[in-house]
Amino acid sequence: MTSVSSELHPSASKVSAAVQTLELTRKFEDLVAVDHLSFSTASGSIFGLLGPNGAGKSTLIKMLTTLLPPSGGTALVAGFDVVRQPREVRRRIGYVSQMLSADGDLTGYENLLISAKLYGIRRPERTQRIAQALEFMELTQAAGKVVRHYSGGMIRRLEIAQSMLHRPAILFLDEPTVGLDPVAKQAVWHRIQALRGEFDTTIFMTTHDMEEADQLCDVVAFMHSGRLLAQGPPADLKARLGPDASLGDVFIHYAGASIAEEGEWTNVARTRSTARRLE
Amino acid sequence: MSHAHEAPLAAWSDAGWFGFLRQTSAVAEADIRKLLHDPMELLTRMVQPVLWLAIFGQVFSRTRAIPTGGLRYLDFMTPGVLAQSVLFGAIFYGISLIWERDLGIVHKFLVSPTPRAALVLGRAASSMARSLCQMTLVYLLAFLLGVQLRFGIGAFAGVAAAVMLGSAIFSTFSLIAACIVKSRERFMGIGQVLTMPLFFASNAIYPLSMMPGWLRSIAVVNPLTYQVDALRALMIQGGTSMFGLRIDFAAQLFAFAVLVAIATKLYPKIIT
Ligand SMILES: Nc1ncnc2c1ncn2[C@@H]1O[C@H](COP(=O)(O)OP(=O)(O)OP(=O)(O)O)[C@@H](O)[C@H]1O
Ligand SMILES: [Mg+2]
Repeated sequence: MTSVSSELHPSASKVSAAVQTLELTRKFEDLVAVDHLSFSTASGSIFGLLGPNGAGKSTLIKMLTTLLPPSGGTALVAGFDVVRQPREVRRRIGYVSQMLSADGDLTGYENLLISAKLYGIRRPERTQRIAQALEFMELTQAAGKVVRHYSGGMIRRLEIAQSMLHRPAILFLDEPTVGLDPVAKQAVWHRIQALRGEFDTTIFMTTHDMEEADQLCDVVAFMHSGRLLAQGPPADLKARLGPDASLGDVFIHYAGASIAEEGEWTNVARTRSTARRLE
Repeated sequence: MSHAHEAPLAAWSDAGWFGFLRQTSAVAEADIRKLLHDPMELLTRMVQPVLWLAIFGQVFSRTRAIPTGGLRYLDFMTPGVLAQSVLFGAIFYGISLIWERDLGIVHKFLVSPTPRAALVLGRAASSMARSLCQMTLVYLLAFLLGVQLRFGIGAFAGVAAAVMLGSAIFSTFSLIAACIVKSRERFMGIGQVLTMPLFFASNAIYPLSMMPGWLRSIAVVNPLTYQVDALRALMIQGGTSMFGLRIDFAAQLFAFAVLVAIATKLYPKIIT
């Protein structure tokens, strides 16, 4: 008991964890969406969370980003407790939700401007960072256009730019490429990798795209019914199953049989409407 | 020392009172910029006061059955119509929160270090800005209809203050309703059920003295009554306040403070 809590204390551990949870749990009435989860992710890595619809991925991310209070357990994000020090956590994280977070009725520039102000970034720093973000995401041309007229890929890049203005230590991306065409997807992948290269950002993302997980993530974890079943570099997980196994095979191995019953209507509706809006 | 544990900015400029004010104004700015992109919404709000003043007011001016304390009926009801137009504009304001929750925009505000009170006050501030447009319209209309308006900096400033406070009160009330009911359909239902009683259980178009006892006891806890009472004294020549301006504003400020406290508590629950 004492050893565990000293492990959780940021100054106690030399190897810094970006995210560290202990028995983290979230219930919705009878449903246990996240079930006594204890895990950690190394800082500086791209961490991919995989799992079938309803596995609890978004619920986990919402707790880690202080949006949803846990029913039990603890979580440290960037070394701060999500329940007791939410503001410290919020200052150090970025979040792009599974839904749309850019405001369709504002221009790309205005979206960035409002975000910058919410994080207390002042001029002239603000002007400079916004210009830089637009260029980095290849949105300079479209900056003055209302976001409603953007393509799905442009919206995603804008949202990632918005969530990076304050240079968060950890960026949470919930299905960053859902509903995007292969070219737009590639563009988002490149931007994510570039972010890590440039700002040393830790990326914590979820995806249903096995190719994405394989190409982009240093470490992946499989989640099912609120629990983590396996965690490791994609190559290791594949090797466990056999020489020719793909990450898709690993997914089916861990989640396979129960996929059909798990997809609840609301989940499906939510994901589909996200995909539709992004088109 | 690893990067993850360092503060990404040297000093947090989102802290302190000025940080709070800047964040509040950023929340309001987002909404006001949207309005500037699409001002149609403001235009549609202008229909109702026109109907009330130009039709209802004209007809009721002939009855002389309503004790207005020496005012012409049209003069008496003009502050009521202004308060009503502000009320109707503000009371459905919360639906934008539900709408933005459904899209995922609210999440972006909630993961930022912006204090929840700033999120609530920012929305109230944008509602205040809208109410000033309504005030301008009602003044214009009243002037054209020959209402005995008071002119002068003091009168305008007082009316603007009462209008903004009223708008802040009912938009925050609406925000609370949105956080409780959480769905657009239920919200529209509630909004429709609430607006008319709020309007009729007030001194907007008839004085408190005309009301049966039970209605009067509702009217005296209705913030709209104090707004109208203040407006009548500030806006109309010869108009007087029943409670006194000090009580009118104190009552409204008190209502606003209570509502902001409740809304701040409930706001994060909109997404769960
Ligand atoms: N606000 C809520 N109220 C009730 N149940 C919820 C709520 N949010 C999520 N759930 C339930 O919790 C479970 C986990 O949902 P969650 O959205 O975390 O899954 P997910 O892994 O992100 O799925 P997907 O891949 O479809 O996005 C699901 O059964 C879902 O229906
Ligand atoms: Mg999800």
